Amino acid sequence: MIFNEDFETLPREALEAIQLRRLQALVERVYNLVPFYRRKYDEVGLKPGDVKSLKDLQRLPFTVKQDLRDNYPFGMFAVPMEQVVRIHASSGTTGKPTVVGYTQRDIKTWAELIARTLSAAGVQRGDIVHNAYGYGLFTGGLGFHYGIEHLGASVIPVSGGNTKRQIMLLQDFGPTVITCTPSFSLHLYDVAKDMGVDFRALKLKVGICGAEPWSEAMRQEIEKKLNIDALDVYGLSEIMGPGVSIECLEAKNGLHIFEDHFLPEIIDPNTLEPLPYGETGELVITTLTKEAFPVIRYRTRDISTLHPEPCKCGRTLVRMGRIQGRSDDMLIIRGVNVFPSQIEAVLMEIQGVEPHYQIVVDRAGQMDTLEVKVEVDEATFSDEVRQLQVLEKKIEHNIKDYLGVSAKVRLVEPRSIPRSEGKAQRVIDKRQI
Amino acid sequence: MKVEQISVFLENKAGRLAEVTKVLGEAGVNIRALSLADTTDFGILRLIVDHYDKAREVLKQHGFTVGKTEVVAIEVPDRPGGLAWVLQILSESNINVEYMYAFVQHSGKNAVIIFRFDNLERAIELLHQQGVRIYRGEEVYRL
Ligand SMILES: [Zn+2]
Repeated sequence: MIFNEDFETLPREALEAIQLRRLQALVERVYNLVPFYRRKYDEVGLKPGDVKSLKDLQRLPFTVKQDLRDNYPFGMFAVPMEQVVRIHASSGTTGKPTVVGYTQRDIKTWAELIARTLSAAGVQRGDIVHNAYGYGLFTGGLGFHYGIEHLGASVIPVSGGNTKRQIMLLQDFGPTVITCTPSFSLHLYDVAKDMGVDFRALKLKVGICGAEPWSEAMRQEIEKKLNIDALDVYGLSEIMGPGVSIECLEAKNGLHIFEDHFLPEIIDPNTLEPLPYGETGELVITTLTKEAFPVIRYRTRDISTLHPEPCKCGRTLVRMGRIQGRSDDMLIIRGVNVFPSQIEAVLMEIQGVEPHYQIVVDRAGQMDTLEVKVEVDEATFSDEVRQLQVLEKKIEHNIKDYLGVSAKVRLVEPRSIPRSEGKAQRVIDKRQI
Repeated sequence: MKVEQISVFLENKAGRLAEVTKVLGEAGVNIRALSLADTTDFGILRLIVDHYDKAREVLKQHGFTVGKTEVVAIEVPDRPGGLAWVLQILSESNINVEYMYAFVQHSGKNAVIIFRFDNLERAIELLHQQGVRIYRGEEVYRL
């Protein structure tokens, strides 16, 4: 189902015409209203009138999280406070949070985008949505809440926590849709199992999961255990919150970005050059319609890809690949960009379980060396040396194949890779550069 | 006719083999036969012990990756050509020896050798026909 057929199935040229018009108006507006942008554009000698085509977007400076912190709390707002009707903030693990604001119209736009998101997941009027995203400063709970009402479905504003009570509600209210983080969905399953509650007896048919990175393997697990379709949803508070992009139920192959509101780019996080469709890099987003808190070329730090090919659901909107990791984790090895998550994916494919590994980067003479230590588990262990050597070679081959960089794989004993707070230390970079 | 062998993954670093024997010793498990196959990076320790389940349990408790393999314990005549005779029987039937190692103790005058074949059932059948003495598991664990 497509909520807004007019905007979700536009021919590319028509969409780009809308994007350009909106971008021009946006640059004009932030230049006049936000000192931060005016200063940045003056520094590079750029005037709003210089944006003549979408290609000119590349001339605009990036915005990063630190810029938001420097302008804490409301310095990046593009409207006077009397027009701001809502404030959200991200949970900064260190220091001050990043603060975002919404006008009345922003809240309406957001609600529409969530309605589109829900429709892509097959949700319609008559469905009951168990909304287990946290309500509060976090954008997840309230973001979904207003969109569910806008669509006309029923919302149960459960928020997070109190898992046993949630399971009671799942049984008694019979929701057909659940919105929560992927890890919480599995936690619900475990607790339900302990309580003797069978998910197959519930009415749930689809889960809209996001707010943390997850894998295809995890999707399989959630779908099997909860007996639902599980779809990946993406968003971040700096851009809007959830509803930036969603997988469609029909294809489950990449998340459609609502491009009439968000202009996506993929850049090389090292050179900052834009990359062509299909290549892996950092996702950069420009908000085209946000009033209170617009951002231009915001570096999300999330690693993804963009695919423009038409989708069988009928949407013409570009699809972004599942988030593969954070650009802060990127390693450059012999000139090749490598993300630990890519190595993890290779290991996952071979071992079939969440691998315990460690990446050790060093330099021998002028050459970078990449060693991947992999803990041997009972499933991969063999009492024949040859078999284990075959395993090592296979991992090395696949890393070379998928990442384009050669690695030396070393099998190590279980629990020999140091873990901090349950999570292993994934990368050790010994290079002195 | 089959014997349970426990295998342990070891990194090639000092003290790991000693750690295994210490863990087993403290649990009162006796090692009857042992072989270590190693590369530059890692090794695989293969053991025949008197109490398989106990050995597996304590090794896992100490964080080792362990595996279980079925092997055959064969009595090889203690005379020139004794081993060659056994190997001849197998190669004539295209059975491959994955690996083999000697038992610590002798059984009377003859040597006991542990074999791992690619086709275990067929190997046992053939050796049996040729009158080669094959030990039962319980015999081996108590040798
Ligand atoms: Zn689609």
